[in-house]
Amino acid sequence: MSATTAAVPAPEAPERVRPRGRRRHDLRRFLLQRLGTGVVLLVGITLVAFVLTHLVPGDPAAANLGQRAIGDPAAVAAFNHQYGLDRPLPVQYVLYLKNLLHGNLGISEQSHRPVLTDLEEYVPATIELALFAIVVSLVIGIGLGIVAAMYRDRWPDQLIRVISLGGVSMPVFWIALVAFYLLFFKLGWLPGGGRLDPTQGAPHHLTGLFTVDAALHGQWTLFWSALRHLLLPGLVLAVYTVGMLTRFTRASMLEIMGNDYVRAARLKGLPEHVVILRHVLRPALVSIITVAGVAFGSLLSGTVLVENIFSWPGVGQYAYRSAVNLDLPAIMGVSLFVALVYIVVNLVVDLLYGVIDPRIRLS
Amino acid sequence: MKRIRTRALAPPPWRRPLALGGLAVIAAWAVIAIFAPLIAPQNPLAQKFTILAGPSAAHWFGTDELGRDVFSRVLFGARITLPLAVILIVVAMVIGAIIGGVAGFFGGWVDNILMRVADLVFAFPGIILALAVAAALGAQLRNAVIAVVVVSWPSYARLVRSLVLSARSAQYVVASRLLGASGVRVLFTDIRPNAAGPVLVLAALDIGNAVLLLSGLSFLGLGAQPPTAEWGAMVAEGTQNFNDWWVGLFPGLAILTVVLAFNFIGDALRDMLDPRTARAVRL
Repeated sequence: MSATTAAVPAPEAPERVRPRGRRRHDLRRFLLQRLGTGVVLLVGITLVAFVLTHLVPGDPAAANLGQRAIGDPAAVAAFNHQYGLDRPLPVQYVLYLKNLLHGNLGISEQSHRPVLTDLEEYVPATIELALFAIVVSLVIGIGLGIVAAMYRDRWPDQLIRVISLGGVSMPVFWIALVAFYLLFFKLGWLPGGGRLDPTQGAPHHLTGLFTVDAALHGQWTLFWSALRHLLLPGLVLAVYTVGMLTRFTRASMLEIMGNDYVRAARLKGLPEHVVILRHVLRPALVSIITVAGVAFGSLLSGTVLVENIFSWPGVGQYAYRSAVNLDLPAIMGVSLFVALVYIVVNLVVDLLYGVIDPRIRLS
Repeated sequence: MKRIRTRALAPPPWRRPLALGGLAVIAAWAVIAIFAPLIAPQNPLAQKFTILAGPSAAHWFGTDELGRDVFSRVLFGARITLPLAVILIVVAMVIGAIIGGVAGFFGGWVDNILMRVADLVFAFPGIILALAVAAALGAQLRNAVIAVVVVSWPSYARLVRSLVLSARSAQYVVASRLLGASGVRVLFTDIRPNAAGPVLVLAALDIGNAVLLLSGLSFLGLGAQPPTAEWGAMVAEGTQNFNDWWVGLFPGLAILTVVLAFNFIGDALRDMLDPRTARAVRL
């Protein structure tokens, strides 16, 4: 992964003074390079997904045609011809890439709609869920990590260790069931599924994130409803990443606390919170956001399970349905989406390095 | 030298209550798995009781929608999860170590191709790839295990590759080469024992995740098939009867205790044996 760029120079190192123009040039070259590797990765993912899905023994015709049609050779042949399954594999792959260039991801074998249309419908729901969960995890995870590092080996640290290890050990589908039972079924505090109440219509489409759209249009009842629906699946999804980020924040804070310059900051009489936040947390953030990028990937994994339980109409459910029905174009579409998210997340992480520590050069 | 330093920094094993607790839990589950037919009060597949009865003296964990004893099913579930977790981690470790060792030792285009493939698999969110593999091979427990292996090997490949790369210029390897040892011999007799520690730490940290992924696939119906008493599949039955909380709660608790115990052990092992390598690879 791109963690290599995170090599933190020693804090005492003299600052490199560089002209502004050169810097902008660096950024452009960096972005172009990233675009290049991104395209290579996308093509690689399509190849892997293609080989995996097409070389396996499963028979898409059997999975998608009804009981009666499967006995009819003509129907099977027509199905295979319609989806191009009767051609040699390399030809199928080249055709897929060619269509991809024109923004055509093929037709889903279950929904009989273009895969792109399906994705446009489901992607915003998943993005909203995952963004909510990652923000919650960053706030709670970094917070707990700081406390644990400050109270190293004393009871708050031990307690937080149990919480964070518990978080990464909990089966997400099980904690979803428990939360659903308690907070929806028993206590009725939160809605149990969907993005809005059944009587409510979606807010005007801008971003597709219901909370954001509703807020932008000042539809506050709709906003509250969307937020309440987001809470249960979002928090359940965050359980694992909170644990992950807590453990990592603690470890990297402790590593940095051992440095002489932290002792120097304390010795010159800086208040403890300044030492922790400015001299320890800031350099630690560089490695924390690297992990946050990885955490975002594991959130996407979690959506498959969580969306299924809370009937959240997102890519996770779509991925599950497509995989079970061997809907090859849809599986390929989901893979592309996942790869795209991966590329964007890594890019954001790399750009954030520069914001947190201006001495880190993009390369 | 390095060993002495890390020992001095980290508390010894007997001062680690969490790790000891983890060991005790795994040992307890292992005993349950071996002696399940003797311990379990009922046949886990017998459908002869009142359906969906709450926990009682006769059925500690209640009964499920087919009138089976949940307590007995949870005990028998250990016979599936524990051995499969160990098998799949060992297989993933061996495959990953071979690929990583070859990549690191030969370098060049071999290294490039193998590591790009590893990166691709790594970039993919585990369950989505596993889902595709398991669905394509067919919904069976065996195929779910294969799917988890497919997802898990790259972290071992990366770790072993970096260990081999750093060992390649080490004095003992150079000495062995000068004595006329072949590349393969150096890889297996000289480098392998030195790489074993970090790889085992990674495996201890990874096994909990493997359990979660495998039971997740079963939860989705792509792993163990009914009527097998598998914990993930049992939690799925719980979602269909969510107002009868005992159906899903107890199998989930079983998964939680196993994964938590493995993570406690892995955490302590990492502190004791190898503070740096394991973290660099598996964050």
